[in-house]
Amino acid sequence: MFGKLTWHAIPFDQPIPLLSAAFVGVILFAVFLWIVLKGKLPYLWREWLTSVDHKRIGIMYCTLALVMLVRGFIDALMMRTQQALAFNAPGYLPPEHFDQIFSAHGTIMIFFVGMPFLIGLMNYIVPLQLGVRDVAFPTLNSVGLWLTAAGALLINISLVVGEFARTGWLPYPPLSELKYSPGVGVDYYLWSLQIAGVGTLMTGINFVTTILKMRAPGMSYMRMPVFCWTSLASSLLIVAVFPILTATLAMLLLDRYVGFHFFTNEAGGSPMLFMNLIWAWGHPEVYILILPAFGIYSEIVPTFSCKPLFGYRSMVAATLAICLISMLVWLHHFFTMSAGGDVNGFFGIMSMIIAVPTGVKIYNWVFTMYGGRVRMQTPMLWAVGFMVTFVIGGLTGVLLAMPPADFVLHNSLFLVAHFHNVIIGGVLFGAFAGYNYWFPKAFGFSLDERLGKAAFWCWIVGFYLAFMPLYVLGLLGMTRRMQHYDQPEWYPWTLIAEAGALLILCGIVLMAVQLAVSIRSRARRREPTGDPWDGRNLEWATSSPPPIYNFAVLPNVEREEPYWGMKSKARESLQLSAEPHYEPIEMPRNSPTGFITALFAVITGFSLIWHIWWLVILGLVGAYATFVVFAWRDVAEIEIPAEEVARLDRANRAARAAALKEATA
Amino acid sequence: MNAAVLDHSHAHGTPRASTAPGHGTGGPASKRIIVGYGFWIFLISDIIMFSAFFAAYAVLAPATADGPSARQIFDPTSVAVETACLLLSSFTCGMASVAAGQRNQKWTQLALLVTGLLGFVFLLLEAREFSGLVARGDGPTRSAFLSAFFTLVGCHGLHVTAGLLWLGTMMAQIYAKGFRRDIQHRYFCFTLFWHALDIIWVAIFGLVYLVGLNL
Amino acid sequence: MSTPADFEPGSSPEGDSAPGYESETREGVRAAIRGYLIGLVLATALTAASFWAASTHFIYGPGVPIALVVLAVAQMGIHLVFFLHITTSPDNTNNVLALAFGVLIVFVLVFGTVWAMANMNANMMPPMG
Repeated sequence: MFGKLTWHAIPFDQPIPLLSAAFVGVILFAVFLWIVLKGKLPYLWREWLTSVDHKRIGIMYCTLALVMLVRGFIDALMMRTQQALAFNAPGYLPPEHFDQIFSAHGTIMIFFVGMPFLIGLMNYIVPLQLGVRDVAFPTLNSVGLWLTAAGALLINISLVVGEFARTGWLPYPPLSELKYSPGVGVDYYLWSLQIAGVGTLMTGINFVTTILKMRAPGMSYMRMPVFCWTSLASSLLIVAVFPILTATLAMLLLDRYVGFHFFTNEAGGSPMLFMNLIWAWGHPEVYILILPAFGIYSEIVPTFSCKPLFGYRSMVAATLAICLISMLVWLHHFFTMSAGGDVNGFFGIMSMIIAVPTGVKIYNWVFTMYGGRVRMQTPMLWAVGFMVTFVIGGLTGVLLAMPPADFVLHNSLFLVAHFHNVIIGGVLFGAFAGYNYWFPKAFGFSLDERLGKAAFWCWIVGFYLAFMPLYVLGLLGMTRRMQHYDQPEWYPWTLIAEAGALLILCGIVLMAVQLAVSIRSRARRREPTGDPWDGRNLEWATSSPPPIYNFAVLPNVEREEPYWGMKSKARESLQLSAEPHYEPIEMPRNSPTGFITALFAVITGFSLIWHIWWLVILGLVGAYATFVVFAWRDVAEIEIPAEEVARLDRANRAARAAALKEATA
Repeated sequence: MNAAVLDHSHAHGTPRASTAPGHGTGGPASKRIIVGYGFWIFLISDIIMFSAFFAAYAVLAPATADGPSARQIFDPTSVAVETACLLLSSFTCGMASVAAGQRNQKWTQLALLVTGLLGFVFLLLEAREFSGLVARGDGPTRSAFLSAFFTLVGCHGLHVTAGLLWLGTMMAQIYAKGFRRDIQHRYFCFTLFWHALDIIWVAIFGLVYLVGLNL
Repeated sequence: MSTPADFEPGSSPEGDSAPGYESETREGVRAAIRGYLIGLVLATALTAASFWAASTHFIYGPGVPIALVVLAVAQMGIHLVFFLHITTSPDNTNNVLALAFGVLIVFVLVFGTVWAMANMNANMMPPMG
């Protein structure tokens, strides 16, 4: 009746997952209770869970990312602590448990922190910067969000019902085959990612279409903000490589569920094929992560240097070059799998070449700052921290790109230090920069600056303390994912790394405090014009937060950095432009499709994991029915009357006029 | 906020870039084009997914373990009939598009029905091929080559099945609601899908079956 | 959305056309049906040619897979042009570019995989016993 699912699935004998699950459960229940008692449930459903507004969806993506960051970081802290304790000792985490933790850590950080954070920022900002009202497919956008959340939910359920994979964040066969991983852990991993992967693919399709087919009048390709270019490149990569992930995980699923022989040791299967295919996805994946972050820096550095971006064209060219070359380097993840000199040489050279366009970008940012009036506020701090940190990480990457060097360093902590260096220094710093930068736009009030700076410093010092020792450890011969060790030279470095992790913990706590404090004092932090940083692109042309339709009238774009042009004109003529003619605006109607589809996805995924076949069928039928119900609706849009549009716009114009008067008085 | 609105006069004259909608400077494209393009991008991604299965097949084709090779299991007659069915169904799907463009309920439904029947015959033949192989003990669990073959061709078959489900839903919807614009958009996506499936079949029958029979 | 005039159906004279839609310059049901018929006939011919190439001794043996590849690609082209209405006109540029992008990825993936795997398999130890 319930397949493989029994009460034994709940780890009553393991205190750590049980207690943490109980803790989380209590918090979730408390939050839910608070929402219901405050009468906010209908509002939550109507305005958020069923929203197809790209801004709301963006905020929900970022929220998911921040919550999962906490879970992923706790995993990290547990690992660091284990390694700091496990010198000639067993530590406190038995190997089966430790293995699940490092697997969950990587999976969560990549798929449920990095991706949602950047996709969330893309969601919020790209339509605003393009000067349009929403993305190409708003309901599909909602489905993508909720499918991602469904994947995250499944991974979190694995903590308390069953187990997680012990294979690392990429489930290499033959270890991940049924013979050597007979439990449900790998299945949790596989179904969670298949579901989330579909959601991500939808996002990629959505943004490629939006950026290529929906821009404000006058916005040619070369007038698009660089963040939109990098979002385009990232979305193209998503469309190009997520199908490979889907196919490869499907092959592993077929091996496990039906006894196929894609990657088994027997009957002609090829485990090496898995490595090849999964990294053909995996390498472009990290570029999917970093490109939007590069775009965020390209927004922040000009704004806080009070100068236009240096080298716009070369920035675009570099972005597209990175997009293309990232598809040609994947073998560097398995140089040691003995493909021979020719193959290794080709992929090694390509891996080094990709550093060139990245270098172009760094130079452009530095030259943007040069000669500008640099304001070192929190977003800019993150950007400068990135520039230093990412260069170091990139250099170690070029080092690893040489096959002979990689033969020594493959799978050592040197590698671990490298990729954390570029992912934290590049992707996460960019996400935090974007979070601080665009928070006022999304919520109408800015984040506390002092706490933001404090959090930054804890993070960056903590990062260096935590990860520079790992480079040393890698060179001293320490392999990754070690549950215990007995080399005395390694011990002091693991202690330093632990200190770094604790400092990062302070940084995270400070960010939480920053958020709480800012919300508390939001009344005095409001910035009425919608342009707190003296921004340059169109997102700052709206109120904070923008109305649901973004722009009362779609702007006419005449140049790069169109909003800066508008402001310059207004400042010169000492007045705003004439009030536009207001018309009613049609916006897509909210829909529960996304949420309900994801619900059925969770049901289907869970029942597939536990072999509850009748429930699988129910879940699939339910998902299909949801789709049909959505397709059958007759009214797809709501109309916002012209008076409402006028009212909101006039309020913002009044605030802007007042600010203009004050500034030029 | 809308400082540039005043400058309508500039917008019309200035850009050297194309002023066409979607192309650059004419504003957002129409819904028709947006839907079509988005679905086209999805199809590209689907083709890439198939290519991953193709790549696996290409690598694993020699791995016949102790089982049969391609030459020993492929039946050219069956493949020829399947190909004919699918090709004809693409044609009838095109006919249905013409009828839908003319908003002709009867001919659209008829052409769609024939399309669906041809697709169904295709699936039956494929199911027969698969079950025959399994019954002989040459199922996908026998060797890596067979796993790759069954998965690649089976994935295509699953897509055809999903397509038939979609087709049935479209027929019902067109019957119930007529040729409303958004339904036309969806139907048009369906035709893209169906034609793309035939394109993928061209690759399968050519590069899997015919090459396999030949080597 | 307050967009300019909705261009329905098919393409606008100045804008893009979506893939699969016949442009408005080819009018009439007759022309449409003729297009599909030509596609059907050509595709059938290429299919027959493929079956023939696979079974005949007329073509040099090792060259048969290449012939099949060529015929398959040609037939895909027929499908794209006659059934999906992909053309080389400027209103189709985005569609062609997307297709080219997809083809590039397919080529990189398949060729890269086959090349790398062949090299790796060649370096495997010989089986024991």
